[in-house]
Amino acid sequence: MSARENNRQKLLTRRAALLAGGQAVLGGALAARMYQLQILDRDKYAVMAEENRINVRLLAPPRGRILDRFGVPLADNRPNYRVVVVPEQTGNLGGTVDAIAKLIEVSEADRRRILRDVQRKHAFVPLVVRANLSWEEMARIEVAMPELPGVSIEQGLIRDYPYGTGASHVLGYVAAVSDKELTGDPLLELPDFRIGKNGVEKAQDLPLRGGAGTSQVEVNAFGRVVREIATMPGQPGKDVVLGLDAALQEFVVKRCSVEQSLSCVVLDALTGDVLAMVSSPSFDPTQFSTGLTPVLWQELSTDPRNPLTDKVIAGVYPPGSTFKPVVALAALEAGAITPDTSVGCPGYFSLGNATFHCWRKEGHGTMRLHDGIKKSCDVYFYETARRVGIDRIAAMARKFGFGSPVGLDIPGERGGTIPDRERQLALTGVAWQPGETVIAGVGQGSVTATPIQLATMAARLVTGRAVVPRLFRPEGRLVPSTDSRSPFPELGINPRWLALVLDGMNGVVNEQGGTAYAARINDPAMAMGGKSGTAQVRRISAAEREHGVRKGTAVPWKERDHALFVSFAPVNAPRYICAVVVEHGGESGGGGSAVAAPICRDVLTETQKRDPARRVPQPAIAEVVPAAQPLPPTRFDARRG
Amino acid sequence: MSLSADIGQRRLSLADKLRGIQWGLVILIAVICGIGFAMLYSAANGTLQPWASRQMTRFAMAFVPMLLVAIIDIRHWFRSAYWIYAVALVLVVAVDLRGFVGMGAQRWIDLGVIQLQPSEIMTIGLVLALARYFHCVPNENIGRLSRLIPPVLMTMIPVGLVLKQPDLGTAMLLLASGAIMCFLGGVKLRMFVLGAAGAGIAAPIAWRFLRDYQKTRLYTFLDPEQDPLGAGYHITQSKIALGSGGLFGKGFLLGTQTHLSFLPEKQTDFIFTMIAEEFGLVGGLILLGLYVVVIGYAFAIALRSRSLFGRLLGLGIAANFFLYVFINTAMVMGLIPVVGVPLPLISYGGTAMITMMLGFGLLMNVGVHRDVRISRRGESELG
Repeated sequence: MSARENNRQKLLTRRAALLAGGQAVLGGALAARMYQLQILDRDKYAVMAEENRINVRLLAPPRGRILDRFGVPLADNRPNYRVVVVPEQTGNLGGTVDAIAKLIEVSEADRRRILRDVQRKHAFVPLVVRANLSWEEMARIEVAMPELPGVSIEQGLIRDYPYGTGASHVLGYVAAVSDKELTGDPLLELPDFRIGKNGVEKAQDLPLRGGAGTSQVEVNAFGRVVREIATMPGQPGKDVVLGLDAALQEFVVKRCSVEQSLSCVVLDALTGDVLAMVSSPSFDPTQFSTGLTPVLWQELSTDPRNPLTDKVIAGVYPPGSTFKPVVALAALEAGAITPDTSVGCPGYFSLGNATFHCWRKEGHGTMRLHDGIKKSCDVYFYETARRVGIDRIAAMARKFGFGSPVGLDIPGERGGTIPDRERQLALTGVAWQPGETVIAGVGQGSVTATPIQLATMAARLVTGRAVVPRLFRPEGRLVPSTDSRSPFPELGINPRWLALVLDGMNGVVNEQGGTAYAARINDPAMAMGGKSGTAQVRRISAAEREHGVRKGTAVPWKERDHALFVSFAPVNAPRYICAVVVEHGGESGGGGSAVAAPICRDVLTETQKRDPARRVPQPAIAEVVPAAQPLPPTRFDARRG
Repeated sequence: MSLSADIGQRRLSLADKLRGIQWGLVILIAVICGIGFAMLYSAANGTLQPWASRQMTRFAMAFVPMLLVAIIDIRHWFRSAYWIYAVALVLVVAVDLRGFVGMGAQRWIDLGVIQLQPSEIMTIGLVLALARYFHCVPNENIGRLSRLIPPVLMTMIPVGLVLKQPDLGTAMLLLASGAIMCFLGGVKLRMFVLGAAGAGIAAPIAWRFLRDYQKTRLYTFLDPEQDPLGAGYHITQSKIALGSGGLFGKGFLLGTQTHLSFLPEKQTDFIFTMIAEEFGLVGGLILLGLYVVVIGYAFAIALRSRSLFGRLLGLGIAANFFLYVFINTAMVMGLIPVVGVPLPLISYGGTAMITMMLGFGLLMNVGVHRDVRISRRGESELG
């Protein structure tokens, strides 16, 4: 062996040692990295591994029911059956859907949705073929299920309104959560979750909603549930009790169906409870929770009779003569008139160059307060208004709930307008004209009000207290009570003046010559008092007045007068209030006394027969109502990474 | 030297050779493979199918050939070194030409019984060929630049072909193997400096030849959290699995990351992650310790050989084995980019298992024939 050879061997040995050293350094780096990952950062990665593995799913709580004052459900949950298919369990999805389509109707849109979803979702995620199965359809599927692998029937809950269209404006409806309504509450992000969109469903949405339950499941990387770790049941939504009387509501709906477009509200003047509230025409709230078709939506939103609007709270009309009690009280309180102040009515009233007509062309002759109200003499109130002035009328009107929302506990209430001099100047820059006061004296001009305001006015007239109507009864179902103390503060109006005005309103209905005498209730124990109103929608020109004002059906529907009636009963100890506004005078085209008063008569008669404010509830009705069932959990969520 | 070629050569009997085999190393290899079977059993959620049983079959099939490789005369391997390299090269070219696309890369030739991955065979072929080359280069010539051209070509041709497949991991491995062989062969250190400088210049050019997914892997390596659901998914999940394993791990068959499929490629490239998740830092270090013992064994065998070829071959195989272990584990720990290199003797895969076993056969061969001296033409000399 040569020396060179030997040198080379030594070089190799040296370099092998270097190599080993390099390997040791790299090996050390590996060990250090493992120490860093597995010891130093262990907690962080352990948490990440758990987050990977454990998926918390929300369980939707069943929505609380809405009950009437006797416990009758107005909104409930009903099981909704749907047929689902798990793509991975069926050999051929298209074929399976075809087979289902032979048994039940499957629309082309549903078919497209299934074929689209199967591309986007994991094969183990069940796809809904069709929801809202009838019993018969369900039976057909169940019989065929052995031949249809991967097909099953799932039960969900859907909002149900047993009274259908009858209370839809009061109750509102539930529908899918829109992006704007997301608050960060994960419950709202559940695909099948519905929230209240209007009416009581919206106003009481939070208590009705309840609290979500959770289910902890272990999932694999594809989102498939491997096992359930823990389940925490949710808190079912609370039942909400309304002051409404479902049976009375049903009666009012039926009674009102004779007119095209109207609103009617019945109040308990003592408690402010809304006993019935109907706006017609209406809509079917169930269609909103199942999903509205575009055609139906188009129809509802373009109907000139505004079926989607609750006209009781959002219909704004000139109150017409129903406003006269307020004018009379303002004048009496101000001392502008006395009960014996007499005004001559020749059928018209002149102020400067302007002439204002009485509804009775030939005039009423000499009028005092009682007859002015009873016969609804316009000239009497023109003069009264002129004497008292707009500002005091406005102040009195606001005391009676006009000019701003009365505060009914559902969303959407409008305030109407009550003009005064300051407001007029600020709003238009034009000074208030005396003629406008005269027109305001008969509830026309810029005076507007909603039906709920008219009912509130009547409730305040008969109690002398600042009654605020309400739908929701925080105290729950009615309990038998003899307590007849009103929870509302006094208005501070001289009871003598109130009695005089009420006496006038008694005369309207119960005395011969009263405008609504034809609509009186013959049973003296149930007799009602009230005030009619006919609100002009169009201007009557001098030429037309010359040739005779066109009446009722001679005018297109949209231009006809509104017919109003505000009433209370029984007349000697008033408890129940009913206000009716028939838009554009109804079919017959008559005024308030002819069209609206008979509705009030029938509604108040029925209300007194039922006497919902004092009747002892029958517990049996409440108890047969099945308890709300828990919603099945939404079992699959979006895929995780 | 050549004159004494046939004089007094002591023939080794079969019994001598079998005695000369390092049975301790054989047992060590079997233990590591056994760990591999257990992990493949776990990767399949506690069943032998589909991986563990097949891997066992391969081990059994490769075991006897490994011993055969160990006892065939070392001069035979010396003489056929270039041929083996040539065959491997032809096979690598063949994959490029008619290999089929698997795992997004053209790497396999389907031989029916086995899907051959020639780039893995090339790792052995390259070590053999370079060992022979440096064995034959006269000492006085080793510093010449012209003497450096053949080994550089022998390394760069397969590296280029494998890179084109494209298999970044194996290409890196071949390049490092070649460099280590040159280093051990006695190439002057300044040549490595020059080579590194050349690589620095060539890198921007090479960048253009990288496939998009390879570039993405490099980007992902630099900042894996940037795209945790996309390209960074593998490495993020691997780190979560490793980290959550902690000191003692989650227990056999209880690794949540692996068993709930968050960890990709758990039976092949990411099997070390699974070991570290289920057996923790302790388990991972024990396995790495076993590898260290294997490499130490290999160094001892190599350095005891009297022939330069034997020393180079033994050290080359040891270095190759180390590179496999290092590249794979450093990858799953997020130290280097995600490249497809298996964990030797453990990852599921036929060619890797067989070439690794045959490589150990050659290492044992060096041990068995430690006293055989080899002339430049391949005849033995008496030591």
